[in-house]
Amino acid sequence: MSTNVLEDVSFTIEPGQCLAVLGNNGVGKSTLLKCINRICSIQAGSIYIDGKDAYKMKNKILAQNVAYVSQKSENSNMTVFDTILLGRKPYIDWDITAEDRQIVSDLIDQMGLNEYTLRDVSTLSGGEAQIVMLARALAQQPKVLLLDEPTSNLDLRNQHEVLKIIRNLAETNEICVALVIHDLNLAIQYCDRFLLLKDANVYSNGGIETITSESIGSVYGIEVEIIEHKNKKLIISNNY
Amino acid sequence: MSNITSEQIDLYNRYIRRKRWILFVTFILMIFFALFAMSVGSIRLSFLDILKTLAGQGDQLSNTTIWQIRLPRVLAAILVGAALSSAGAVMQCVLRNPLASASTLGVSQGAAFGAALGIVVFGGGVVNSANATSAITINNPYIVTLCAFVFGSVSTLIVIIISRFKRNIGPAGLVLVGVALSSLFGGGSTLLQYFTDDTKLGAIVFWTFGNLGSANYKELIVMFIALSLTIVYFMLNRWNYNAMESGADTAKSLGVNTRSIMLVSMTFCSLLSAIAVSFVGIISFVGLVAPHIMRRLVGNDYRYLLPSSALAGSLLLILADTFGRSIVAPVILPIGALTAFLGAPMFLFLLFKGGENNYSGK
Ligand SMILES: Nc1ncnc2c1ncn2[C@@H]1O[C@H](COP(=O)(O)OP(=O)(O)OP(=O)(O)O)[C@@H](O)[C@H]1O
Ligand SMILES: [Mg+2]
Repeated sequence: MSTNVLEDVSFTIEPGQCLAVLGNNGVGKSTLLKCINRICSIQAGSIYIDGKDAYKMKNKILAQNVAYVSQKSENSNMTVFDTILLGRKPYIDWDITAEDRQIVSDLIDQMGLNEYTLRDVSTLSGGEAQIVMLARALAQQPKVLLLDEPTSNLDLRNQHEVLKIIRNLAETNEICVALVIHDLNLAIQYCDRFLLLKDANVYSNGGIETITSESIGSVYGIEVEIIEHKNKKLIISNNY
Repeated sequence: MSNITSEQIDLYNRYIRRKRWILFVTFILMIFFALFAMSVGSIRLSFLDILKTLAGQGDQLSNTTIWQIRLPRVLAAILVGAALSSAGAVMQCVLRNPLASASTLGVSQGAAFGAALGIVVFGGGVVNSANATSAITINNPYIVTLCAFVFGSVSTLIVIIISRFKRNIGPAGLVLVGVALSSLFGGGSTLLQYFTDDTKLGAIVFWTFGNLGSANYKELIVMFIALSLTIVYFMLNRWNYNAMESGADTAKSLGVNTRSIMLVSMTFCSLLSAIAVSFVGIISFVGLVAPHIMRRLVGNDYRYLLPSSALAGSLLLILADTFGRSIVAPVILPIGALTAFLGAPMFLFLLFKGGENNYSGK
């Protein structure tokens, strides 16, 4: 017996845009991201990056264009510096260069990881490790950034910090970002496009106007209310 | 800002220099003990004698001792140790399994069975040579090596297939597969012993213990070529192995073709093990112990782990062999038995450390 995880999914992300992929557990959000950079492969359809077929690109070229952070935490046993340095892997011909080291060290600064440079990633807290993984993805200097629940382990402050960094990067470097996120309020605050998945299909795909109490209620199967607070939408669950 | 930045790089560069330093020290130790190994024995030679002899200035006695007996033995230790432990380090990486090595996964035992089969069936005829240190010589080493490679690869293939289709098998589970394969091939070797004559029997029994004294220069050259090619392949893939340390998904997202790297690497690993086994017999646990010692010292960065594991493997075998030759001289203890004494406790330690260790395969 085989069922399709995803059936009829089609969408585009413009440079500088941040797309939130939403839907309940097991609907196929992670699978969708993994299909984009060929971690999983699609049975039908196609994916274009900058006009080029992603499934016809060389591994190395694809990795220069698309970076990915997995939902599951890795237990890598390398130092923070070495881990972020891996993000330069798609650019390495024979060995790393001074430029690679500079990029890594800049990212360590930017992400506030200064104290951890030579710490083993496996000894970091879940949130710290998640930031390291994000830094590694940024070291790839990708055109497309795929983030699977990048804020799941982060504290309130870091959730905002990290999403701000991603947002700014998307705008200044013209990167396409697709991120899976379960916190709808964070999603509507930092993302500008929303892809709602339901039963292997796209339920809706569009801007903030597609986020309504009906759409959220239908996708997640619970009653929600959307209120305006200081000109911002706020989603609250009515179930309790 | 830029101040802090260069500080990070300085820190990292110092960290890398430390690894290079460890690599260098391991190399020096290896050379030192190689010379030491050549000096001990029934005829004692000083380091100066050895160097003189190696430079072609030795007297008759030391020429024979060094060139005919001790140098090939030490070279065998260096090559076999390097082969087994670099193969071990790579197997641990591509199978995501800290307990992996040629002997724990049954690859060596498969190769030993293949070698025995090669002797018995394809008549890689056996001659008893007069030389006391090498009682057994094989007439047709290539067919024996080929058979060893084929059956070593059978083990490798079974291990790969099982780890593919039963993903939740875990590191210890895969070692159980290795145990099953070892018993299977061990049983096969025992059966062969029943159906063979005395000279061939001696050759088969010899494979169950390792013996470095049996290698001749021709075999050493074959070994050297195979090892060099493999190490070059491994080193070309050092960044791929580093990426694979972070798991298959991440490695793929970094552009690594994990499946082909796994398959090709494992093929090279079984080739190295098969050559090692067909020339010197089963030497267990070196492929496990040496990489784990170096993981402690230089970390899991394959740029440094690969060469330093190779050196540590050589060093370990030189030490074990020298110990085995001198402790109850003139009796020579089988080196396979000695490395097992060293390796088994290490293996149990890794097994018990299990899930929460800092190098788990999950
Ligand atoms: N390797 C796999 N083998 C079998 N089924 C799988 C595999 N990976 C995912 N699935 C199934 O595919 C479906 C989609 O999984 P996916 O991980 O994409 O969900 P998700 O939307 O990311 O869920 P979550 O919000 O919990 O992360 C699930 O039903 C899951 O059980
Ligand atoms: Mg998911």
